[in-house]
Amino acid sequence: MATVALENLKKSFGQNEVIHGVSVDIEEGEFIVIVGPSGCGKSTLLRMVAGLETVTSGIVRISGRSVNDDEPMDRDIAMVFQNYALYPHMSVFDNMAYGLKIAKVPHIEINERVSNTARLLQLEEFLKRKPRELSGGQRQRVAMGRAIVRKPSVFLFDEPLSNLDAKLRVQMRLEIKALQRDLGVTSLYVTHDQVEAMTLADRMVVMNNGFADQIGKPLDVYANPQTVFVAGFIGSPPTNFLDASQFAAGPAGGTIGIRPEHIRLSAKGRLEAWVTSTEPLGADTLVHLRVAGGSLVTVRQDASAAIPPEGTSFCLDWNESDTLFFNAEGKRIDAASG
Amino acid sequence: MEKRVSFRGIWLPTALVLPQIIITAVFFFYPAGQAIWQSLYIPDPFGLSMQWVGLGNFEFLFADRFYRGSFITTAIFSILVTVVSMGVALYLAVLADRLIKGSGSYRTLLIWPYAVAPAVAGVLWLFMFNTRVGVITWYLGILGYDWNHVLNEQEAMALVVIASSWGRISYNFLFFIAGLQAIPKSVIEAAAIDGARFWTRFRTIVFPLLSPTTFFLLVVNIIYSFFETFGVIHTITSGGPQQATTILVYKVYSDGFVGQDLGSSAAQSVILLAVVSILTVIQFKFIERRVHY
Ligand SMILES: Nc1ncnc2c1ncn2[C@@H]1O[C@H](COP(=O)(O)OP(=O)(O)OP(=O)(O)O)[C@@H](O)[C@H]1O
Ligand SMILES: [Mg+2]
Repeated sequence: MATVALENLKKSFGQNEVIHGVSVDIEEGEFIVIVGPSGCGKSTLLRMVAGLETVTSGIVRISGRSVNDDEPMDRDIAMVFQNYALYPHMSVFDNMAYGLKIAKVPHIEINERVSNTARLLQLEEFLKRKPRELSGGQRQRVAMGRAIVRKPSVFLFDEPLSNLDAKLRVQMRLEIKALQRDLGVTSLYVTHDQVEAMTLADRMVVMNNGFADQIGKPLDVYANPQTVFVAGFIGSPPTNFLDASQFAAGPAGGTIGIRPEHIRLSAKGRLEAWVTSTEPLGADTLVHLRVAGGSLVTVRQDASAAIPPEGTSFCLDWNESDTLFFNAEGKRIDAASG
Repeated sequence: MEKRVSFRGIWLPTALVLPQIIITAVFFFYPAGQAIWQSLYIPDPFGLSMQWVGLGNFEFLFADRFYRGSFITTAIFSILVTVVSMGVALYLAVLADRLIKGSGSYRTLLIWPYAVAPAVAGVLWLFMFNTRVGVITWYLGILGYDWNHVLNEQEAMALVVIASSWGRISYNFLFFIAGLQAIPKSVIEAAAIDGARFWTRFRTIVFPLLSPTTFFLLVVNIIYSFFETFGVIHTITSGGPQQATTILVYKVYSDGFVGQDLGSSAAQSVILLAVVSILTVIQFKFIERRVHY
């Protein structure tokens, strides 16, 4: 078990700075998810922790000690790659035993640890197979097994589930969460999938173009996004944004945001809108409307409410306390932003 | 449904493969057949008549001390050329692969030697090692080493091995670097995280994954050292001193064209053909099994 601390971490490739100073303190046993759109620097951040990428400035600490100048093998970490990066010419057993053999762990102990891990991941019957003879989900488990068997003090995951189909992804997500709870190993998990982030994370780091826009517990981040970007990225369907100048309380040049589930369709309210389409999803219904100014708004309705026909006009209403105010720079400015 | 190109009739496909068949027949099957036929005869000195001797040419050859020696010479020469050219190429490829980007010019430089004809390469090396005016000979002299490949058999062998390997390094390098770049970077990174340092990674991951390339190059380089090194040997040593660098293919030439013993020369070609066939079969049967594709 270990703590991990990133102190004002920056990374440039040549002249091009891609990480602009990220600081996070990670506690022992914590599951941190780094989430953000493609190209925002998630992998780069993780690879700096792994030692696969040099640090341009700032410090990476593991258990308080700066590891900036340590080789990956001296950091006591294990990593699961997006493409699994299994050794193609080795059996599943040898894949898992590789690190232990290099560490000169005695034979009997290697056998014991690999078979225990294989049992944990239901891989026992595949130990003699080569990676190419396994399905995607099985390969994913082998990659997990290779990380677990070494008993590292930090796990690093780089989009480990993105090559699996939707159903398997949900299943593996739950398994990873349970496994991490049981083992209690400090983990950093990179994903671009906000649902994965919400469900897995103890705390999440929302990345936007090389900045960590917000760090916090998933539900706190959801309820109190600190920037327009976070409000738009976390939550599906995303937060509705409206030009603030239409409202008395609104900041000049800013935006207000309201979550789809916080808007009511009623006879009288703040804003008139027309239904353009509806998406009944079973448990709830998404109603898409166009407001007078031309912008589109999505409202999440309970399935028990009647589905309004297209073209109907409504007034949109919401509680003042559910309104998110952002200034012209996209920063949160209302009371709850503190 | 399977999509397949099909031709109506037999004429178009025949016309398309005919040139290849004709070329193979004229330049390969015909001379090979003629060699087998000639190996059973002895022509008279004026080439006017042929006398049937059966396997006489072969019996005579195997009784010849120099011919048996040529087998050993060829084995030593081929092994040295293959090991040196593949070893150096692999070393350079691993270095180039580490530099990754921006190594374009470095790679171009390494490809040059391949573009130089073997005989020209031979002459270049001959100049450098010339016993009187060669640059390298001069430096060796300063170091107290008296180089003379014209008289010393080991030095002659060393020189033809160097000259033959040199041009080959570029060719092998290209294949090795392509093979190295085909290994996913994340696999190497995973090994690094698993605790493997550079040499361990090379031994346990890179080299096994490179084995298809290595096997292919092994076959190609042995065949190269059997045949295409003729030009180098001819310009540098002409097979001497005391036939120390007379490999099988050079002996075919010197006995046939210089010695005018066409029957023996033809028999040697037939033996050479058999040796290469056997070697290739052995390589595919025994080495390929140990290759991870
Ligand atoms: N080796 C490199 N050389 C130059 N630029 C790089 C390199 N690796 C990454 N980058 C740049 O750094 C930025 C961040 O890349 P990174 O791979 O960290 O993104 P990511 O958030 O992991 O995206 P994805 O979700 O697509 O994997 C990108 O703009 C990318 O082009
Ligand atoms: Mg990435």
